[in-house]
Amino acid sequence: MADRPFCLGLWTTTKGIPMRLTVDGQAFDVNADPEMPLLWALRDLMGKTGPKFGCGIAACGACTVHVDGQPVRSCSLPVGEVTGAVTTIEGIGTEARLHPVQQAWLEEQVAQCGYCQAGQIMSAVALLDEVADPTDADIDDAMGGNLCRCGTYPKIRAAIKRAVVLKTAGI
Amino acid sequence: MASVGKIARRTFLIGAAAIAGGVAVGYYYYRKPYPNPLEGDLAADEATFNPYVKIGADNTITIVAPRAEMGQGISTTLAAMVAEELDVGLDQIKVEHGPASYAYFNAAILEEGGPFAFFDESMTAEIVRAGMGVVGKFLALQGTGGSASTLDGFDKMRQAGATARQMLIAAAAQKLGIAAADLETANGSILHKALGKSLTYGAVAATAATMAPPAEIRLKDKADWKLLGKPQKRIDMLAKVTGAPIFGIDVTLPEMLYGTVKMSPRFWAKPVKADFSNAEKMPGVIKIVPIDTNYGHGFGIIAENTWAAFKAAEAIDAEWADPEYPLDSAGISEVLKQALGTKGSVMRDDGDVDTAFADAPRERIVKTDYAVPYLAHATMEPMNATARLKDGVLDIWCGNQAPTLVRQLCANAVGIEQDKVSVHTTFMGGGFGRRIEVDYALCAALMAKETAGRPIKVIWTREEDMRHDAYRPASVGKFQARLGNDGMPVAVDMTIASPSLIASTLRRLFPSIPPLGPDKSIADGAYDQPYTIPNYRVSGIAAPASIPVGFWRSVGCSINGFFHEGFMDEIATAGKVDPVELRKTLMAAYPAAVKVVEKVAAMAKWGEALPAGKAKGMAFTLSFGSWVGEIVQVADTPSGIRIEKVWIAADVGTALDPDIIEAQLISAAIYGLSAAMGQEITFADGMVEQSNFHDYDAMRIFQCPAFEVAILENFHKMGGVGEVGTPPAAPALANAIFALTGKRIRTLPLSKEVTFA
Repeated sequence: MADRPFCLGLWTTTKGIPMRLTVDGQAFDVNADPEMPLLWALRDLMGKTGPKFGCGIAACGACTVHVDGQPVRSCSLPVGEVTGAVTTIEGIGTEARLHPVQQAWLEEQVAQCGYCQAGQIMSAVALLDEVADPTDADIDDAMGGNLCRCGTYPKIRAAIKRAVVLKTAGI
Repeated sequence: MASVGKIARRTFLIGAAAIAGGVAVGYYYYRKPYPNPLEGDLAADEATFNPYVKIGADNTITIVAPRAEMGQGISTTLAAMVAEELDVGLDQIKVEHGPASYAYFNAAILEEGGPFAFFDESMTAEIVRAGMGVVGKFLALQGTGGSASTLDGFDKMRQAGATARQMLIAAAAQKLGIAAADLETANGSILHKALGKSLTYGAVAATAATMAPPAEIRLKDKADWKLLGKPQKRIDMLAKVTGAPIFGIDVTLPEMLYGTVKMSPRFWAKPVKADFSNAEKMPGVIKIVPIDTNYGHGFGIIAENTWAAFKAAEAIDAEWADPEYPLDSAGISEVLKQALGTKGSVMRDDGDVDTAFADAPRERIVKTDYAVPYLAHATMEPMNATARLKDGVLDIWCGNQAPTLVRQLCANAVGIEQDKVSVHTTFMGGGFGRRIEVDYALCAALMAKETAGRPIKVIWTREEDMRHDAYRPASVGKFQARLGNDGMPVAVDMTIASPSLIASTLRRLFPSIPPLGPDKSIADGAYDQPYTIPNYRVSGIAAPASIPVGFWRSVGCSINGFFHEGFMDEIATAGKVDPVELRKTLMAAYPAAVKVVEKVAAMAKWGEALPAGKAKGMAFTLSFGSWVGEIVQVADTPSGIRIEKVWIAADVGTALDPDIIEAQLISAAIYGLSAAMGQEITFADGMVEQSNFHDYDAMRIFQCPAFEVAILENFHKMGGVGEVGTPPAAPALANAIFALTGKRIRTLPLSKEVTFA
């Protein structure tokens, strides 16, 4: 974790309050309207474009990130209320070292347009952190809030099951 | 040549004059190739062979796939076409979308645009098909749509690879002093096996690019394909599982401002009052500017971040003029119903329908009405674009399905020449036809005039996106059939009324071009189906309702697939004929269709008894050159009807990537099922009532059925794959619900009548 925070946001002059957030293991100092949703603070002030904007009302899940490991819809969580460490899709793995869920997504060739997949993957990571070997009903419950207009659901289900195998194998 | 004269006299909605001109005087221009747009923008040590291939001295091979990637996998398949003939693996290449250029026109997008059925290979249809291809080049659409990209690219992309390969061999032969015939290629190198010599493509690329292209090229036989016809790993997958910044909404530039729009919620209406005072005072808000385009009127909010822009848009107090169309859905429906009683364009007229019905006994007549609502595209990524206007040069970054249209209309909007506009096409978070429109780019371009050279990223809220679409038109139809003694139809008469999406599109894009001639999309999917019925008439009527309508995945077939196939199911029921047998009999003249029906019926074990509380329905639609049958199985559960399983058989002629095709068929079926289950756009007070996914939802994972797909290659022509799974989905579901409940639902969405689990 970086000791020295740095600021990527170009626009820190907006009337707001200074706050420090930990995102993907790195500290960020931003000045933001505390009511600004975490999503826009991440995207516009911290350069974290991995979480996507889909609806703004927590109805599609494209913006899903973790706060202290819990999946949240960042489009509807005011940045001023964030008290824990934030993890985005950019923090769970890299191209060179994918998270097992990302690896499963790659192997199952899940994505079509790909826009919802950052949110889908973050919901799936949270599910597998809680339930090691989820049933179909567990998957339905955990993933029902993540909309996909390309209809990749059959592959999402297959990839979650593949991720279970990869995680068990220690990949 | 009488048929040529006949064609020339006919008018078509797109480019009637250009067709005649294209065939008669434009041939030279058609043959003359456009300049290679890659030549002006090469890296050091990089050589280009044609608009599709660049090779660097370090053997970096770049393939340009000039169709927009919206999830359909087209960048992978187009790259595979070039790579196949170039003898390189997909893991050895980089793929770029390339610049906006007329060199990348899509001829196939318009080839099926004439008023002839796909299977009609009479001389007349062939001539029009060729003519429409020429029009494609004159309009120089670099469009992605019409499920046409593989068909359009199949020859020219493979030829591009083969040409470059031969030029590389010729250069290597010169350098090595060995006859070209003795050299072979593999994995990006030129080899002489016996002598043990090899050169990379990069080593000879610069020389090779200066050589004359070969006069003749021979493409590989299908049997020798290494990449095509086999599933490939998608080239965009790694970026899409790591959250990489690949979408328009992810564009980030130095000094960038942010913005959004607040457009009139009544289409075409201007503001009659607007008070910015509260909005302008808000922190982070820089400026509010008027936006006036052919899409409508409203305001752009320029701010320091997206959230500030969204908040300010909400705080603008505006009143809008009255709409030019009826205020609510009931009024708009009335316009469509009135139109249904007027005379339209007869798109198919086999036999003598009037005589066939004149003496029909009442008990032999099946007569029904159908209706479908307006629909939004609701792509996951809301509309957005980033623009920078600096020193008279406009740069636009956005996901779009028509970069040359974006270039042309944005140049006009800001008042500069097209050669001062660069369009940077990103991946799209969904397209489905929505991003053929250019409104999001126009808004950003106009707002970039107000930022003193700084780039601005303009993102629409979901609410703006939902309420300012070019909607799938609503449509109504009346249908009647006369049954023979054997229960089979001897006459059908279908009349369909819908707003013309071609006329609507022209109003937005090219208002100076009058919408002439019939809009065949009104009857697409009804008049061009491979059924033989002795007396068969299909008419389309353009209804005068001016809600903006446009291209929605599978276009007219998304409407008429439901009408036609629901009605065929009703005919089967009335005639006491099995729906599968009915289709096999009526399609006997089209063996490809019969094989599809037989295949899907076999997969689904059609005809085998099901447990109580379960039922199946089937439908078939030929669209975009592919023959698709679907069977849906539903179950009655305590929480409502559950869609358990969907079987799809599709004859695509030539299957270039079976995995991508299967994914597209499933995707398109889910898109169609989502709409059929619950989607509709309705109007009140001149405004769209729906605003977000809470009131315009789509199928969720817990509703998603199991799928089983078969891809057939019986037909001799290649068809499209991106849209063809959509049309049969809604009717197969409605027919299954009829089989389950006895309730015949003729109006979508089905949720008005039944509950889904």
